[in-house]
Amino acid sequence: MQIFSSTLLSLDWVLLVAAVWFALGIAGLLFLRNFRVVAHILFPISSLLSIVLAGIGIIAIVQTPQSAVLALGLPSLPFHFRLDALSAFFVMLLGVASAGISIFAAGYFRRAEGAPPGLLCLEYHIFLASMLLVLTADDAYAFMVMWETMALSSFFLVTTNHRIAEIRRAGYLYILIAHIGAIAILLCFGVLQANTGDYTFANMRAQTLSPFWASAAFLLALLGFGAKAGILPLHIWLPEAHPAAPSPVSALMSGVMLKTAIYGLLRVSLDLLGSPLWWWGVLALSLGFLTALFGAVFAAVQSDMKRLLAYSSIENIGLLVIAFGLALIFTAYKMPALAALALIAMLYHCLNHAVFKSLLFLGTGAVLHATGERSLGKLGGLMRFMPWVAWVMLLGVVASAGLPPLNGFVSEWLLLQSLLFTSTIPNPYLSMLIPIFAAGVVLVAALAGYVMVKFFGIIFLGRPREEKLVQAHDAGKFERLGLLWLASGCVLLGVFPVAVIEAIDPIAVQLLGQGLSQSGRIGNWLLLAPLSSERAAYSPLIFLLVTTLVVVLTMLIVHRTYHGRVRHANPWDCGFPLQTSRMQDTAEGFGQPIRQIFEPFFRMTRQLPAPFDSAPRYQVTVEDPLWQWVYVRIARATENASRVIGMLQRGRISIYLLYSFVTLIALLFFTQL
Amino acid sequence: MNLEGVLAQLAEMLVALVAAPLLMGWVNMCRAWLQNRRAPPLWQPFYLLHKLFHKDSVVAHDASPIFRLAPYVVFGCMLLACAIIPTISTNLPLAPVADAIALVGLFSLARLFISLAAMDIGTAFGSLGARREMLIGFLAEPALLMVLFTASLISNSTSLATIVSHLSGRGFSILPSLAFAGVAFTMVSLAENARVPVDNPATHLELTMIHEALILEYSGRHLALMEWAAALKLFAYSCAGLALFFPWGVAAASDYIALLFALPVLTVKLATGGFLLALIETLSAKMRIFRAPEFLATAFLLGVLALLVHLLLGA
Repeated sequence: MQIFSSTLLSLDWVLLVAAVWFALGIAGLLFLRNFRVVAHILFPISSLLSIVLAGIGIIAIVQTPQSAVLALGLPSLPFHFRLDALSAFFVMLLGVASAGISIFAAGYFRRAEGAPPGLLCLEYHIFLASMLLVLTADDAYAFMVMWETMALSSFFLVTTNHRIAEIRRAGYLYILIAHIGAIAILLCFGVLQANTGDYTFANMRAQTLSPFWASAAFLLALLGFGAKAGILPLHIWLPEAHPAAPSPVSALMSGVMLKTAIYGLLRVSLDLLGSPLWWWGVLALSLGFLTALFGAVFAAVQSDMKRLLAYSSIENIGLLVIAFGLALIFTAYKMPALAALALIAMLYHCLNHAVFKSLLFLGTGAVLHATGERSLGKLGGLMRFMPWVAWVMLLGVVASAGLPPLNGFVSEWLLLQSLLFTSTIPNPYLSMLIPIFAAGVVLVAALAGYVMVKFFGIIFLGRPREEKLVQAHDAGKFERLGLLWLASGCVLLGVFPVAVIEAIDPIAVQLLGQGLSQSGRIGNWLLLAPLSSERAAYSPLIFLLVTTLVVVLTMLIVHRTYHGRVRHANPWDCGFPLQTSRMQDTAEGFGQPIRQIFEPFFRMTRQLPAPFDSAPRYQVTVEDPLWQWVYVRIARATENASRVIGMLQRGRISIYLLYSFVTLIALLFFTQL
Repeated sequence: MNLEGVLAQLAEMLVALVAAPLLMGWVNMCRAWLQNRRAPPLWQPFYLLHKLFHKDSVVAHDASPIFRLAPYVVFGCMLLACAIIPTISTNLPLAPVADAIALVGLFSLARLFISLAAMDIGTAFGSLGARREMLIGFLAEPALLMVLFTASLISNSTSLATIVSHLSGRGFSILPSLAFAGVAFTMVSLAENARVPVDNPATHLELTMIHEALILEYSGRHLALMEWAAALKLFAYSCAGLALFFPWGVAAASDYIALLFALPVLTVKLATGGFLLALIETLSAKMRIFRAPEFLATAFLLGVLALLVHLLLGA
């Protein structure tokens, strides 16, 4: 900490990292088609920078906020930057996730895929730098410029393979919804500055808005940032854009970019607005629950592995928004200790999701490269050919399913704890309603387990469903390094929760005025006990050690007292001799119970064969009903409106002259009155 | 953590290891009696385990390491689950390690591994079983947590030891919320332990089975561990149910007289519970698999109802 404060502030380092990233991007442009330089020099450097950034973030969380003014942009409107605990946390998240992703990308982008590697390098680094600057921006102007740069650079990354029409369509949808969101955010800042004309965040923080305008600002923020995060019903771009992008980009978008939206929500509602109203929390809670359930149910019926992960991201965003809503409710009722618990559950889950979802997306990238297949129906048995990727992915799957002792469980545990002990809320309806949301969260978490078994089991276990899969090769060394970095993140974040919570506690202090550690309620380093150890406690390290000990002891005892003999044979399968790999359960088969139970959620079209069909075809397509209910209607309404307005346009000069004449008469008449 | 606690902890694990197969044997015995058959001896499950441990394990050519690792992991998870549920004493050093939510997580971890192992060989039955197991699991898990949440809200803690000591100190009275929760818990336990209305532990008919389909490819010591783990799971669920709804007789810390009586009391409670389980299994017929979601949704709704009743009445 000494070296930073004596020479350069943490914020200067952060800005320096952004500048170097930008320089790396430009360097990529110089070596446009030189794979070796781009992949083996530029991306590893970028990854090292990310690690530095993660370190700065961790240090800066406990430092006092630092600000800087850069004379970029318009003459009278300099860019303001500020690094406080909240920004520092998300900067750290960006560093941790992008360190793994960039080093993976070094191995991933080595082949020619669509755009030349140097161009990808430029877009990738501008994307990284703009995300970093979004997180540190301290005025609406800088924020919006960086926000738009982020949207545009990621748009170009999504459309890397722009020759495929489907990908162009996904990119269009993405940029469209991103801009609807951007307009809402812009309007939100407009409300926040309260006619002072000063768009710095410091000024917005100083304004006190009437409940009406504060609610307007909150709703606009929810709309704007919700469009980026994928909150229902603005989620539709997510399952299109994530599969279209190259895997490291999907990882970056899902793991980090969605979190910038969460950052924005927190910044506006808890920092700039300050005192939330209780119904904001209820709104966020309900929206979050719908989003989470929707994401989990849809993830279970997908048969494209990246689309499945995209829906799983929607589910996780839903969980984050539930925690956010809880934090708002508790803050509104002046219960800072519980609000801190909910907020910490949320931040913890942000970090966890960034790590495990990036890991899973990178893993699908490795599978995609090895096999050329994205469809679950054509994969299978890859554990034998790609053991490295498979074992690392198993960690990611267990973390993502929210199972102990890995990281996903810790944040779900914290979230459930904060949902459970709400009976002290003065509003009796709310205090009864909120534990019901606990039931919903548990259902979502259990569905996530189902999804993850499907995901891992169908890709890596069983027998290969296609012959060419036998030639699949394991990930290269850069890719392994990236996967390993993120996997160890899953383990460390899962096993040392108290250390993590202590590190992120200053954010709760900053935003809510009270953290968990002030009353000494985190527990000791071994035992996580956020409220008190009689109330609830969890110790993942002992959990892991005891389970491992029991497993190892059982193995030793069984082998010592009896024997360790193994015979290899063909699978038994109830003695059925004619098995082929086509008889395994498919992704569609695995999703069938979910389709049946949650039928009203889907828009399904089934094509059943006739009894005497010589070449029978069975086809079922599952679509998102919101696409029909919301988007198609909006599109139709827009079309109708434009047709009505189009009637004015006759294309004959006499009619246009008539319009001018009528207008003139009307104006004359108007002025006479 | 003290010596007494460590001893109680070890004793509990040992009791679980021995009592779980006996409970399985007892249920089978009762079922045989109720169905007018001659019953196998009580320790029949031990004979089975002994036989299986002696045999060679036959493993399919394509099996991955997960297949061979899974029995140990599942066994370990179940043993740890038995260790954190207070059966004879509430003074358990491992109790703060994992609370009620972590207990459910532990069960799901075991379920994840058993399902992955079933999918590993790539047979039709294995993946079918995995899919059904996960289906039952994702429906049963929320219902189970609702029950545990109700108990947590009553005793203001999610730690199992605290819940049990709070409930047992309450004196004998029936709380309406716990009555609903009890029904929900019974339904979940039947489903989770592959018992009759949902699955039939006695058949090998392909279309009816869930648990048997999962472990179809296992043999030798791996199968023995899986069977033992299943017995431990039944034991854990029974003990959790007894601890939540009939918590009397579990010894508190340094209550040596109660500790002396704890084991006989537990035996009596388990014997009664096992008999009731056999009775339920004899009196009901197995459902179609697609009735199982309705069954479990009912359990879930009962659990939610229990929670609401507690919040409304405060009881």
